Amino acid sequence: MTDYKMHLLICGGTGCKASESDEIKNRLNQLISDFGLADEVQVVLTGCFGFCEKGPIIKVLPDNTFYVQVTPNDVVEIMEEHIVKGRPVKRLLYTDPNSAEQISDSKGMDFYKKQIRIALKNCGFINPENIDEYIARDGYQALGKCLTELTPEEVIKEVKDSGLRGRGGGGFPTGLKWEITKNVENDQKYVVCNADEGDPGAFMDRSILEGDPHSVLEAMAICGYCIGADKGLVYIRAEYPLAIQRLKIAIKQAEEYGLIGDDILGTGFNFHIELRYGAGAFVCGEETALIHSMEGLRGEPTFKPPFPSVSGYMGKPTNVNNVETFANIPVILNKGAEWFSKIGTEKSKGTKVFALAGKINNVGLIEVPMGTTLREVIYDIGGGIKDGKEFKAVQTGGPSGGCLTKDSLDIPIDYDNLLASGSMMGSGGMIVMDESDCMVSIAKFYLDFTLEESCGKCTPCRVGNKRLYELLDKITQGKGEEQDIEKLKDLSVVIKDTALCGLGQTSPNPVLSTISNFEHEYKAHVHDGKCPAGQCKSLLRYDIVEDLCTGCTLCFRNCPVGAISGERRAPHFIDQTLCIKCGVCFEKCKFNAITLT
Amino acid sequence: MPKIKLAENTVQLIKDICKEFENKESELINVLHQVQSKLGYLPAEVQEVIAKELKTSVAKVYGVVTFYSFFTMIPQGENPISICMGTACYVRGAEQVLNEFKRQLKVEVGESTEDGKFSINCLRCVGACGLAPVVTVGEKVYGRVAPTDVKKIIAEYKNH
Repeated sequence: MTDYKMHLLICGGTGCKASESDEIKNRLNQLISDFGLADEVQVVLTGCFGFCEKGPIIKVLPDNTFYVQVTPNDVVEIMEEHIVKGRPVKRLLYTDPNSAEQISDSKGMDFYKKQIRIALKNCGFINPENIDEYIARDGYQALGKCLTELTPEEVIKEVKDSGLRGRGGGGFPTGLKWEITKNVENDQKYVVCNADEGDPGAFMDRSILEGDPHSVLEAMAICGYCIGADKGLVYIRAEYPLAIQRLKIAIKQAEEYGLIGDDILGTGFNFHIELRYGAGAFVCGEETALIHSMEGLRGEPTFKPPFPSVSGYMGKPTNVNNVETFANIPVILNKGAEWFSKIGTEKSKGTKVFALAGKINNVGLIEVPMGTTLREVIYDIGGGIKDGKEFKAVQTGGPSGGCLTKDSLDIPIDYDNLLASGSMMGSGGMIVMDESDCMVSIAKFYLDFTLEESCGKCTPCRVGNKRLYELLDKITQGKGEEQDIEKLKDLSVVIKDTALCGLGQTSPNPVLSTISNFEHEYKAHVHDGKCPAGQCKSLLRYDIVEDLCTGCTLCFRNCPVGAISGERRAPHFIDQTLCIKCGVCFEKCKFNAITLT
Repeated sequence: MPKIKLAENTVQLIKDICKEFENKESELINVLHQVQSKLGYLPAEVQEVIAKELKTSVAKVYGVVTFYSFFTMIPQGENPISICMGTACYVRGAEQVLNEFKRQLKVEVGESTEDGKFSINCLRCVGACGLAPVVTVGEKVYGRVAPTDVKKIIAEYKNH
């Protein structure tokens, strides 16, 4: 094996790949061979580093230099300066926005300081397409230990003692689920990994599968050993081609090493893993719907009980866990339940991965201990709100969750606290909103999503959500009536109480939570015909203030529909009948001569 | 929709794919994925062949095709434009970008332009939330797209 003196880790996650990280890798490799350093410097395409806002990222080892927003054109300078002469390229280092200091080691960045990485421990450190790198970081050690030293009961006890709860959103204790499935008698059982991450704006599971696929495979095999299953299935979205490709490579490598397949490590335990593809249906994240989809049917949910633990895939006992839940398992078994249960709060142990996105400075993937406050997440890790605007709300739990406001900034995040404050943990999407986001429109956005994703099987979800959407649409059009807000509340409660599955039972949550936190905004739409956030187009009007307009023609030139007219150096006018309210003139005007009412 | 006559080799292609999955009904979704990746879309005639091969009803195949948003019965444009409408992109202005594409190309979501050059679709999160709002044209990803960039993006593909 070659003993490299230097490693260049390049982020190969979806976000960074979209910003040409492949091209950066190719150019670096080319230069390294041009300089004759192929035996000394190795380029590794890793999984997501998490700091997506500043991608593509390159980390140089052993000195830990962390370059941000690297473009293919920067490669020559990195090569000539850093690799050959040992001088870091200062202009590519991260600049702390508060102190304006340049930070070269990621450990010193606010973004990473408060994070603890368990599920993401290998993301951004190893080449996910090389099983040796996973093994070098204790990979498959937990599986070996379970198969040779522990009984299934002992493993389950360890998982139970750790306090790990399902990371897909439900928060059901993982060890207990395994025990239930184990105790059902049947000659054929299945382990299913739910990788159908349909929550818009969430990319935790995808990043784990792209960055560390073996951790999930190892955990599935351990689960199979515990419950007595010899077959595992990963149900993954077809929209994640990179994750699928890396999983396929990982399965093949693990099979070649005898870590998956027949007679694993000579213990007589057999475990095979196959992939099943989703086809774009949010409801398939619900376990009964997911199982139907794997059977080649429409992904419609069915009533529980029977739970999949008793009757699941092909009518056999099936243990369904989410990707992040599985990713925690090997670490728990290596470091022990006691170590794990010391992290987090009383009832929520360990860490949680969040996809931090929206109007925040540091968009990215983060992993924090349970009990971290929203304030720490948004301001310390997330770097605060974009463009210096005012924080308004953070949405957690996706289309099933709710909004949390300023008042909730200091509550410690865990399953129970989030539920108590009117939202939910969900799978880990966290969307930050600022003063310019209209909460009625946000509720409408989520309802639009639910409408499209409702499978249509039960009436409350199919018809009820449609009516909710219509009411919200009416309000954003400025046609809302006094009783509409009450109607929204009543109908929401009915849908929650009567819908068949989790999708329908939670779909009114965004409506209820925005009404309870921002009722004044609903009222402003209904009573005053105004959208306080200035987002609802039907309620907007752009005008040019004659005294302030210098006639620079900038708005005239940028208006996409030719609604602005006027002579050079003379005040311009907006023709309201042509205006599509796109706001371009408002943004472009340098003299604040355009008003929005 | 007018009836299309499938070419002999197209029918054979579909049959081969079904056979790869041992003509099992439970493999329907995998079969549909494969066929769509080869043909680009799944018109009624294709579904009929699949139903026959897997020994199931056309109604069931149609039910599955229409249930999942990944499957389409309409051919896509030469340059399929997808606007990400995930929440992260939405709060960063994806709707305005979508409206601008619709306005410039004069088509609605799910439709193709008359010359078949472009089609518009919405996606739910490609996972590049750091680049929001995101637009993809074919395999190419455009990040931080503003409504004013739309004209430029379309022009890149106009003369291809």
